[in-house]
Amino acid sequence: MAAMRIVIWVVEGTWQGCVDAAMQNFPADSDFSLLHVTDSEVTEAADAAAIGLFGRGFPGRKPNRRYEGVADDEAAQLLAAAAERLGHPDATQLRLHGRTEREVVRAVAEGVDVLVVARDGDRSRLGPRSLGHATRFVVDHAPCAVMLVWPDETPGIESIPAPKHGPPPPPPPHRHHDEA
Amino acid sequence: MPSALAETLAVLLLVATLGCAIVRPRGLPEAVVAVPAAGLLLLLGVLPLGQAGTEARSLAPTVGFLGAVLVLANLCDRYGLFAAAGSWMASGSRGRPVSLLALVFAVASLVTAVLSLDATVVLLTPVVFATVARLRLRAKPHVYACTHLANSASLLLPVSNLTNLLAFSASGLSFARFGATMALPWLVAIGVEWVVLRRFFASDLVGHGETKDVKPLPVPVFAAAVLVMTLAGFFVTSALGVSPAFAALAGAMILAVPAVVQHRTTVREVALSIDIPFLAFVLALGLVVKAISLHGLGAVVTHLVPGGSGLGSLLVIAVVAAVLANVINNLPAALLLLPAVAGAGTGPVLAVLIGVNTGPNLTYVGSLATLLWRRILIRRGEELPIGEFLRLGALTVPPVLITTTVALWISLRVVG
Repeated sequence: MAAMRIVIWVVEGTWQGCVDAAMQNFPADSDFSLLHVTDSEVTEAADAAAIGLFGRGFPGRKPNRRYEGVADDEAAQLLAAAAERLGHPDATQLRLHGRTEREVVRAVAEGVDVLVVARDGDRSRLGPRSLGHATRFVVDHAPCAVMLVWPDETPGIESIPAPKHGPPPPPPPHRHHDEA
Repeated sequence: MPSALAETLAVLLLVATLGCAIVRPRGLPEAVVAVPAAGLLLLLGVLPLGQAGTEARSLAPTVGFLGAVLVLANLCDRYGLFAAAGSWMASGSRGRPVSLLALVFAVASLVTAVLSLDATVVLLTPVVFATVARLRLRAKPHVYACTHLANSASLLLPVSNLTNLLAFSASGLSFARFGATMALPWLVAIGVEWVVLRRFFASDLVGHGETKDVKPLPVPVFAAAVLVMTLAGFFVTSALGVSPAFAALAGAMILAVPAVVQHRTTVREVALSIDIPFLAFVLALGLVVKAISLHGLGAVVTHLVPGGSGLGSLLVIAVVAAVLANVINNLPAALLLLPAVAGAGTGPVLAVLIGVNTGPNLTYVGSLATLLWRRILIRRGEELPIGEFLRLGALTVPPVLITTTVALWISLRVVG
């Protein structure tokens, strides 16, 4: 039987949890890939702010080129650190640019068995909204199985917020249908 | 030439001037279209020579002041002030993303206030980006904080924004009085940005940064001391009735000489950082806008903006200024609106600034500019990164605009 193809979505701040979950839950001989997306919206936003200045002052500085260089270096180092933590230094590394959520969905469109994703919303308790915008999009749209992990300690069951209007009344012990 | 024809020609030349400044075909300076455009208007008599002379004389000191501030900011970078700020933010945050965001807010607000929004966009933002990358945290909240604060936190001092320099010369306020009146609006604008960004990016402010390789760089004491003295110089020169541009010039000279001797920079680079073509662009843009103003639009604008200092008037002025800044970019908006309100006193002038400074966060570069910028992206085959961009702008700009104008109204009553 062919090895399972597992893609681990590596995101700053939560990647360790995904790598650990993949190691614990899948056979060591699985086909692991590590995926990182540099969000073009960030570099473009900084670039747009500079365009708004009419490119004035500081000739010879091209902000966007500096951002992309820094972002590429950081992505390469992050994926290397993730591969090391995974214990598979030769794991496939996918470094993509663009709209994060769309690039992730596109990357797992074919031949992927499981995508490992971390929650990144409110993680102080169980319940909404434990998914950020991009993560929610990926969970909604990924055309493969998705493994959703708590990147650090999982909150206890008692952390689920109480209903707004107090707890619902307990159901009666048994019902009689002979009232009518 | 009939007035309608003159007005149409001037408007077309303004669009061409702004378009060229954004697209910069073949990397040509923005003055390449602006200067001939102003020349053509003079040649055709659309802009009378006398009016042009008056406008140029009133803009020249402002443009010189801007040149000196650009040099000052560039030299601070060469002395390593921004790199030191980056390492200080990294170690001060101890890897906590919310603490880092708070430090980015503090540094970006101060840099914008003292060294102008240009310094925040061009010099500080790359440092913040690199700092966040080194900590392995998510860049988005911190980079957006820089781009937003470059606009919102540019209310405090005349040097914070080119539009402020224009208003400063139009209003006749002293440096100290300008700062005292705008202190409360400045703080309110930063506070509202904090509340909205902290909430908006809650899911990106996660994890813990990796701080083991972070070592605080030594603060470049000489550059920092000169910067503080220059800031004090702004207040002193203005109180003595001398243009604060001289304080900026003195600060730039004191930093430039040792920097050249120590090979931190070259004479050529210092000269280039004055950016003469850009200063020529501002002068020419001022003349083109003046021509538009003379042939009818000035009267329309004067009619459109109320003259009083009541809260209602200030709010209307701020909103009109913000809308105009998004239609034609904030620099021409300020050039068009300031003469219309200059006679009405301090309140309306500062309300214009609130609009033209905080308004651009709605579309970042003004809608004309956004249009062109998006066309460039499409040509490059890149996706349009507009969704989050515009959503954040829509969430911050209206509350910032309203609360800051209310703060100005209070401030005018307290400071007088």
